Formats: sequence, structure tokens, C-alpha cells
Amino acid sequence: MSNAIELVGVCARHGAVAVLHDLTAAVAAQRITALTGPNGSGKSTLLGVLSGVHRPASGSVRRTHARRPALVVQRSEVPDALPITVRQTVAMGRWAHRGAWGRLSREDRAVVDRCMERLGITALADRRLSTLSGGQRQRALLAQGLAQESDLLLLDEPATGLDADAKAQIADLLAEECARGVTVVHATHEPEDAAGAHHRIALSEGRLLAEVVR
Amino acid sequence: MTLAAPAVASPPRGGTRLRFLAVGLGSLALLLASIGAAITLGPADVSLVNVRDILLNHLAGADIPVRVSKEAIVWQDRLPRALVAAACGAGLGLCGLILQSLLRNPLADPYVLGISSGASSGAVAVAILGVGSAGLGVPGGAFIGSLVSFAAVLLIARLAGGGDDKLVLAGIAVTQLFSAITSFVIFAFADSDATRGVMFWLLGSLEGVRWDGAALCGAAALAGTALCLARAHVLDAFAFGDDVAASLGVHVRRERAVLITAAALLTAAMVSVAGAIGFVGLVLPHAARFLAGPLHLRLVPVTALVGAVFMVWVDAVSRLAFSPSPLPIGVSTALVGVPVFVVIMYRRRRNL
Repeated sequence: MSNAIELVGVCARHGAVAVLHDLTAAVAAQRITALTGPNGSGKSTLLGVLSGVHRPASGSVRRTHARRPALVVQRSEVPDALPITVRQTVAMGRWAHRGAWGRLSREDRAVVDRCMERLGITALADRRLSTLSGGQRQRALLAQGLAQESDLLLLDEPATGLDADAKAQIADLLAEECARGVTVVHATHEPEDAAGAHHRIALSEGRLLAEVVR
Repeated sequence: MTLAAPAVASPPRGGTRLRFLAVGLGSLALLLASIGAAITLGPADVSLVNVRDILLNHLAGADIPVRVSKEAIVWQDRLPRALVAAACGAGLGLCGLILQSLLRNPLADPYVLGISSGASSGAVAVAILGVGSAGLGVPGGAFIGSLVSFAAVLLIARLAGGGDDKLVLAGIAVTQLFSAITSFVIFAFADSDATRGVMFWLLGSLEGVRWDGAALCGAAALAGTALCLARAHVLDAFAFGDDVAASLGVHVRRERAVLITAAALLTAAMVSVAGAIGFVGLVLPHAARFLAGPLHLRLVPVTALVGAVFMVWVDAVSRLAFSPSPLPIGVSTALVGVPVFVVIMYRRRRNL
């Protein structure tokens, strides 16, 4: 089994505060990895490092995945009042693919439609994010992540605050993506959400507590 | 966050392409008509026919007889003035748009955040103290002043712990500081015949602008519009936050630097010609969002056009209201802008 990303001795900080300490871990390719740990244990920062958004202060990050990672941030990170529609939100996932004038091609629009369909939000396409429930908004963000068609999908607390049905739907979706050959990493502070993962990286106060491979 | 949340579900505004074209072309036509109409207004009697004849004489090489006094009033005074007004409206509106997106703060505006005051101080430092006047020029001084004040606002807001309210408070502090510096320099060092006094630099005025001013402001406004159009998707992405923007493929640091520099340059160009005109950058993006929806590819041209039309009329009203003595244009824009500022604060009262 190969690894999509290998971290060796990674330290990361937010300004003066050290968040990750000397972390060595690996993300298995084409598997689902759960990042677990209590709030404040460094999960979001680790996702940032994995996505390349957060540059580590020291240590090395080796990648074998082919495309730019798709990062789905925590729902609470996205302002509720953002006055854009669900379709526009999902279409943002296609920006890296767009042509010289920023126009989306017919194919891009087809991808957007397909992703909204997979998350069952086609009927909400022209609603504004600000008018949606938490679960609906989460699905719009997930659709944005899928629309990037990356081979590395990173999600921060995708199921937190959702009811059991919605949690099950998201778990199914992640399993589907994994079956299509996508490497999936999701962070959660609820142990039961990590149940479906092949691989677990448990964090505590920015240090590796345990790495479990099933 | 770029716009206050509507309390109830509302259909997406500015949705269709047809509507966008209608708004865009409509405001372009309105801008040309407004400039034409504004030129005819004033103590000296000039008709639209005169305006047309004078423009044809100058631009198309026609040779239509027009009285010299009217010719001078239109070509030397009112036309460049209307063009500066239009450019200031467009430029300051775009500035507000950039700042509101970058800072995710609907109250961001070059005047509220003290950037205009900084530009004034920089301009005064060059114009009156002669600091680096050889290589820099008044617009260059204004540019450095605007960058310094912007950096000061961001630094103070960060030291105070960040957040929307801190940014506005930092803006107040920096505005006061640079206004005081500007006033001090003028009172202490300007000779009595300094053409532009405290009122001009603190409130803004379009009295006595000429073609060189119109050229500078017009070029800045056009360049700003082009840059914002090319960066429209980046402006959208910043509304989502830096991490999302980065994960969507935006080079956050570089784009932020480019956009901040552009906002500072726009402010500097407008301030060096017309002084610190307030609240235009705050009001116009919100008005434009109402017409064009939230996506910047549409918002940018509509903000620029609506801003230009707005300022041409505000200037016309300011010229005429207490004619023959002119009202500084910043007084009029503040009278319009402050109520809008209060409404936005009210609608976001939970966050502030």
C-alpha cells in the first residue's frame, strides 16, 4: 500500500503559537483516513498542512498524489451571510480549471450539475447560502470540494452538528469517492464518525497520539 | 463577509445575463447623459447644443462657431470637472469593493479606514513641506501616505485582537491621526496663498480641477476597473476566507498584495486631485450589489458605472446648492454616506 502524503517531523505554528509538534505520519493512498482528537488538538492545522495551504515551520511533506488537493473547510469558517447561491458556491470549485477569461466551459457546468445532483441539492441551486440550514450548507460545501475533481479530498468536521441521516449520507459519499480511487482525509472530534475509516491518525495537543491502520 | 444578511429568504438578485446587460448598458448611457447634462448646469448659461458643438470642435475637428466664454467654461472648467467626478466615483467605489472583499468587512472604505487621510498627509508632505518633491510628486506622496496608513490600520486592528469592530476603530484612530498631521502641516508651514487648504485635504473638493487631474484620475479609474475585472474571481474567493481561497487555487499572499497596492494607488490618485472624499467607497458597492448581485465579474463594472453617475450628480448638486459659493463635495457625500453606514451597522448589529 502506497502513501499519498508522508509527513516527517512536521512542526506548524499560527503566528507565535506552535500547533503541531514534530509530527510524523502518513496518509494512505486511495483510503479513508480519519484525523481524530479533541478540539484544539491541531486537526484543522494538519489538514491545512496536508492541503498545502498552511506552510509548516519545519519538517518535510512528501506527496505522491497527482492533483491539487480539494479542501472542504469547517462550515463555521464560511460566513453564514455570504450572499451567493448554491450553484455559484459549487462552481467556485471549477476555478482552477477555467480558461483565460475565467469563463466556465460546458464541461465545467456539467461537473457542477453532477456534483449538486450527487449531494441532492439540485433543487437548492438558486438559493442563497444564507437561506439554507446547516446540513444543506454543508452539502453545498462538499459539492464544491467534489467539483474540484481532485485525487485528494480533505474535509474538516464534515459531519459535525448533523443528524444521523445526514451523517450516514456523508459517510456513504466518502466511501464512494474512495472506491473511485480518491484519497480521503476527514477530521472529526466524534469517535463514532471515524468508524468507517481505514486508517486513523489520533492527535493530542499537536502531537501524534496513535496511528491505527485497519 | 461582504453584505449584511437578509433576515428572510430572498430570491437571488441580479441573476440573469439579460438583466446584467440592461443594467450595464443602461448605466453607461446614463453616465454619458449625466456628464452632458451636468455640464449645462451652473450660473453661466450653456445649452446641450453648445456642449455638443464644443465637443465636436475639440474632438472631431469641426469648426462650429461658439462663443469664446462658453467654450472656456465647458472645455476648461466643467468638462474636466465632470470627468474627475466620474473617475472619483468609479475609483473610490472600486476601492471600497476591493477592501470589503479582502477584509471581509461591509463597512470597509478608504475614508472610514483612514487610507484617504493617509493619502492627504502624504500629498501635503510633498506639496507643502517639499519632502522628496523632485522624484515623488504629489500623487506619489499620496500613494506612500495611503500605504502607511493602511499598514497602520491593519497593525492596530491586529494588536487589538482583530474583528470587524476593531478594524473600524483602528480606522477612526488612524483617520484622526493623519487628519491632525495634515492640518498641522498646513497651519504650521503653508504660506497664506497655498491654493489648497485644510478643507480641501480633509473633505475633498472638485474646485479648480483641470485636464491634468482628469487624465490622472481617468487613467487610474480605467486601470482599476481592468484589474478588478481580471481579478474578479479572486475577489469572490476572498469573501470565503483565505483558506478556502487558497484551496481553490488562489495565490493568497500575492493576490492580496496586488489588490492592496491597487486600492492604495486608486485612493492616492483620487486624493491627490480631489482631496479626501468620504463614504463613496462605502455606499457604492452596496448599491451595486443590489443591482448586479454579489459576483464580482458583474459587480465590478456596475460599481464603477454607478459610482461615476452618482458622483457626477453629487458634484452638480454641490456646485448649485449654495451657488455661487460651492459646497465641498465631501460634505454632500458624507450626508448621503453616513446614513447608509448606520443602516449597515444596524443590519449587522449581532456581529458588531
